[in-house]
Amino acid sequence: MSMIEFKNVTKQFGDLVVLKNVDLTINAGEVVVLIGPSGSGKSTLIRCINALESINGGDLIVDDLSVNGNNETLYKIRQEAGMVFQQFNLFPQMTALENVMFGMKQVRKVDKDTARLNASELLEKVGLGNKSGHYPSELSGGQQQRVAIARALAIGPKVMLFDEPTSALDPELKEEVLNVMQDLAKEGMTMVVVTHEMAFAKKVGSRLIFMEHGHIIVDGDPTEIISNPPNERLADFLKHVH
Amino acid sequence: MELDWSVILDYLPMLWEGAKTTIAITLFGGLIGGLILGVIVGMIRTYGGKVPNAIAIAYVELIRGTPIVVQVMFIYFALPVLLDVRIDNFTAAIVAIILNSAAYIAEIVRGAFLSVNPNLTEAGLALGLPKWKVYLFIVGPLAFRRLIPPLGNQFIISLKDTSLFIVIGVGELTRTGQEIMASNFRAVEIWTAVAIIYLIMTSIISFTLRKLEKRMKIL
Repeated sequence: MSMIEFKNVTKQFGDLVVLKNVDLTINAGEVVVLIGPSGSGKSTLIRCINALESINGGDLIVDDLSVNGNNETLYKIRQEAGMVFQQFNLFPQMTALENVMFGMKQVRKVDKDTARLNASELLEKVGLGNKSGHYPSELSGGQQQRVAIARALAIGPKVMLFDEPTSALDPELKEEVLNVMQDLAKEGMTMVVVTHEMAFAKKVGSRLIFMEHGHIIVDGDPTEIISNPPNERLADFLKHVH
Repeated sequence: MELDWSVILDYLPMLWEGAKTTIAITLFGGLIGGLILGVIVGMIRTYGGKVPNAIAIAYVELIRGTPIVVQVMFIYFALPVLLDVRIDNFTAAIVAIILNSAAYIAEIVRGAFLSVNPNLTEAGLALGLPKWKVYLFIVGPLAFRRLIPPLGNQFIISLKDTSLFIVIGVGELTRTGQEIMASNFRAVEIWTAVAIIYLIMTSIISFTLRKLEKRMKIL
């Protein structure tokens, strides 16, 4: 069953064309890893999925809803597609627990006690059960990002989008975030991940997509592609990441 | 000339009446009215469409670009001629201070909202919330914390600006001082007392806002 479907999608910022006639189908349960040089359009592609960027041409269907729909449709799409950002973007005036509870209360209209219980469970799941009363400023980058994952999961999304989730983290903190993501993949969550962590792509990814200049250049099995790049540009790119 | 500080005590009840009028104009006009209108105009300046924004800019520029004395004279003397309505001087003072402080508060509000990291707005939207909820529950509370120090400044300015309403004969503190002066010529004693009463009132505003600021961490 297709969860996300790009149909001839074009995205421009002024005169700059960032996505050029992209066609892409992502099925439920897939873990798609997006790689490519900076400016290749991978972040824009992932941001189009939950309509944080609007598209200029074509159509993009997420869980049977079109991003060209009205505001109500966009809210629904964003509730189905949770997003994790490079800079975490936790709400600084709320504790870890409140950050996770917030969406449940405001978006899913869950009552306070249930939200508190579910949020505690989610924090437990990302290994931060003992940090629920801490404010974001009191947490390390890795811990903040795990809270951000719990916050996104709290809405009960069908897809999780990760936009360079470990790029702002020290090497030793990356691992704890990647482990949480791996567990999520094991549970069968559909995931789209922009990352340069090639080990993660090989181990967790079910599909690897290489983008350049707004086009999808390579699309296939991660292990195969990484060990045997079918394209010179990709081979060159892989030399610069690890 | 002999100074006789005891005259202050004799006139204290009268000065207190004047101070009450000053407090009423400041509280209902400068603080409450100004804050409500200022937040509305500030939100229009920050998030409004082109036309509402242009109107808001015109309003802010009109108020900032003219003296408050001229504004209150216009409201009290010119507006009744134009609209054929009669308003009392106390109402004119309240309207003038609301319009005046709201223009400055609008810019303070706009600055506070714009200073909140736009990534947080995006994170709120990504949860599937409508924009107004993101502004109300995420950006608003953060902006409010940053609003407190400049708002304190504006409240103090508004309080002192009420003294200018002497020009339309509102019986506030300065006017009361003037009246007492005219009857007993005790300039040093009375103006000292008036100045101290203003100082006490502005200190209360400063103190309250400092307390509030301490309770809410600026994030």
